[in-house]
Amino acid sequence: MAVMTPAGDYRTSYREDMTIFPTRNSRLALWLGLALLCAAPLVLGRYELGLLVNIGIMGIAALGLNILVGFTGQISIGHAAFFGFGAFASAWLHEQFHIPVVLCIPLAGFMTALIGLVFGAPAARLKGLYLAIATLAAQFILEDFFARAQWFTGGVAGRITEPFELFGWRADREESFFYVVLAFVILMFVGAANLMRTRDGRALVAVRDHYLSAEVMGINLAYYRTLSFGIASFYAGVAGALYAHYLLFVSVEAFTILLSIQFLGMVIIGGLGSVMGSLMGAAFMVLLPEAVQMVADALAGGAIDRALRLGNSISFLREMTIGAAIILFLIFEPDGLARRWRLIKAYWKLYPYSH
Amino acid sequence: MEATTPILAAERVSLRFGGVRALTDVSFEVRKGEVFSIIGPNGAGKTSMVNCISGRYRPTEGRIRFDGQDITRLPTRKRAAIGIGRTFQNLALFGHMTVLDNIMVGRHHLLKHGFWTGMPFWLFGAQREEIAHRREVEEIIDFLEIQHVRKAVAGTLSYGLRKRVELARAVALRPKLILLDEPMAGMNLEEKEDMARFILDLNEEWGMTVLMIEHDMGVVMDISHRVMVLDFGRKIAEGRPEEVLADPHVRRAYLGEADEVVSEPEEAMEPVES
Ligand SMILES: Nc1ncnc2c1ncn2[C@@H]1O[C@H](COP(=O)(O)OP(=O)(O)OP(=O)(O)O)[C@@H](O)[C@H]1O
Ligand SMILES: [Mg+2]
Repeated sequence: MAVMTPAGDYRTSYREDMTIFPTRNSRLALWLGLALLCAAPLVLGRYELGLLVNIGIMGIAALGLNILVGFTGQISIGHAAFFGFGAFASAWLHEQFHIPVVLCIPLAGFMTALIGLVFGAPAARLKGLYLAIATLAAQFILEDFFARAQWFTGGVAGRITEPFELFGWRADREESFFYVVLAFVILMFVGAANLMRTRDGRALVAVRDHYLSAEVMGINLAYYRTLSFGIASFYAGVAGALYAHYLLFVSVEAFTILLSIQFLGMVIIGGLGSVMGSLMGAAFMVLLPEAVQMVADALAGGAIDRALRLGNSISFLREMTIGAAIILFLIFEPDGLARRWRLIKAYWKLYPYSH
Repeated sequence: MEATTPILAAERVSLRFGGVRALTDVSFEVRKGEVFSIIGPNGAGKTSMVNCISGRYRPTEGRIRFDGQDITRLPTRKRAAIGIGRTFQNLALFGHMTVLDNIMVGRHHLLKHGFWTGMPFWLFGAQREEIAHRREVEEIIDFLEIQHVRKAVAGTLSYGLRKRVELARAVALRPKLILLDEPMAGMNLEEKEDMARFILDLNEEWGMTVLMIEHDMGVVMDISHRVMVLDFGRKIAEGRPEEVLADPHVRRAYLGEADEVVSEPEEAMEPVES
């Protein structure tokens, strides 16, 4: 399928032809969206802002996993452990060395990337199911490490973290932390979009699509298979660090395999191999349980509630809907929300001559 | 004269897969600037020979030299940078990438900006580099007449177009030697004529040495300077096209002793996705 651009939208230079947002309307929508987001804390309440913050954090982590799974065609069921490592690392860096939080976050990302490179090294040789098992091992080894490494994580008791602070501006509430997350989301997503339109990003996709010809093109398979683990872990680490300085408390229980599966769900639902899809998948995954909760609340006390005992099984219901959503997406929309979004955009581009 | 310096030399190359002898004691030289074709019946070992040169297979015995360097044990990925490019018998494009990106992957070893400087696209010159290489890639796109599909996803193209894109990707490496494994298999007459023209231009105008496997004898006779014939993994003849064609061994092995089959193409290969 050729990418369609509206008639009259000509490119006059390669530079223009390479932009992330190719049409004038898409750039307009971008600036409008950004302006709206910047104004969000003025109009939205705590609860809504909290959801947006969560979407942003999860979106960054999901994007990392998408680079690994969607773009490079590998697999990881240990992403939550790296997310957790970033959270602890940032808290530890701040407390031990009194590094400003704004620096702790990227530093935690780099530390997590190193850990990711270590656990990703088998990816140079392993594929498919074997790699999945290796990453599962990473999940459990790191979880065990979190529980034991008192000095690093505070052990089972967990660790208190300090809020984000920059030149005296403290982001310790949803209204302010929202901007921190927004800034990181923009940086990380633009970074990924740029990666995918330069040498190393193309190499990752080439390794996924046809590794034999990738090799003939001079691409070092082992290097890129490992690198994608490093990059994925960097994203997970940064997201985890943001999470730590948002909740102001980190503890082991948050980073179980369940979260790893949820990250995979975000990537599948958003669209494998789609940068923006990762954010959509994260939004879906964050909002779905809220929607379930809302439905349950609305039904509370009614006949259905009494019959199904919704009140007691709400957490169970959440897991079920998440599972069902993943399965439904795999069956009916395997290319994820990103594709649906493209179709909608294509429809409006050609409007009113859509058919 | 330059045309006589060998750019590639296979010295007594043998290749075995367990009990299967894919190649036995094959020696030949490809001279700088020529179009050299390998022909032979199915299973003769032609692709195996190309795989030994591109690094996919390692010869069980013998050596391969390229540009004066022994490359027998050189890893595949390092062969792009020294000037060897190839296409595959069964299509091997990056199916989900656009045509443009496929060809840009061909520039991989020429690009300097990795992820460190690629992610901050505008700051450290990654953008400048992309634009410069895009310009060269567009030249190749113009040359191979695939402008109309440059933004299309490679996997959605017709067979003939995909073959062309694969050639474009190999050309983008700027190889000194380009290995083409049945570049015209499964094409109709018109597409074959185009492809033959492209190969000739690559050789004459772009200065690439071409090593080609092809079943269509008409094309082989038309555009090759020299031809080598393999049969059951052994070299049975080598020389100018007309010489080779007149060789009684070749007639027996390859042409089945019939007299008038010279221009009859092999049955078209089914396009296979790999
Ligand atoms: N990876 C492999 N493992 C085992 N046997 C192989 C392998 N590759 C090639 N062979 C065998 O080596 C022999 C030569 O195969 P090759 O593909 O080189 O033939 P070819 O001349 O290219 O044939 P075609 O015209 O059908 O493409 C065949 O008998 C084939 O079965
Ligand atoms: Mg072959």
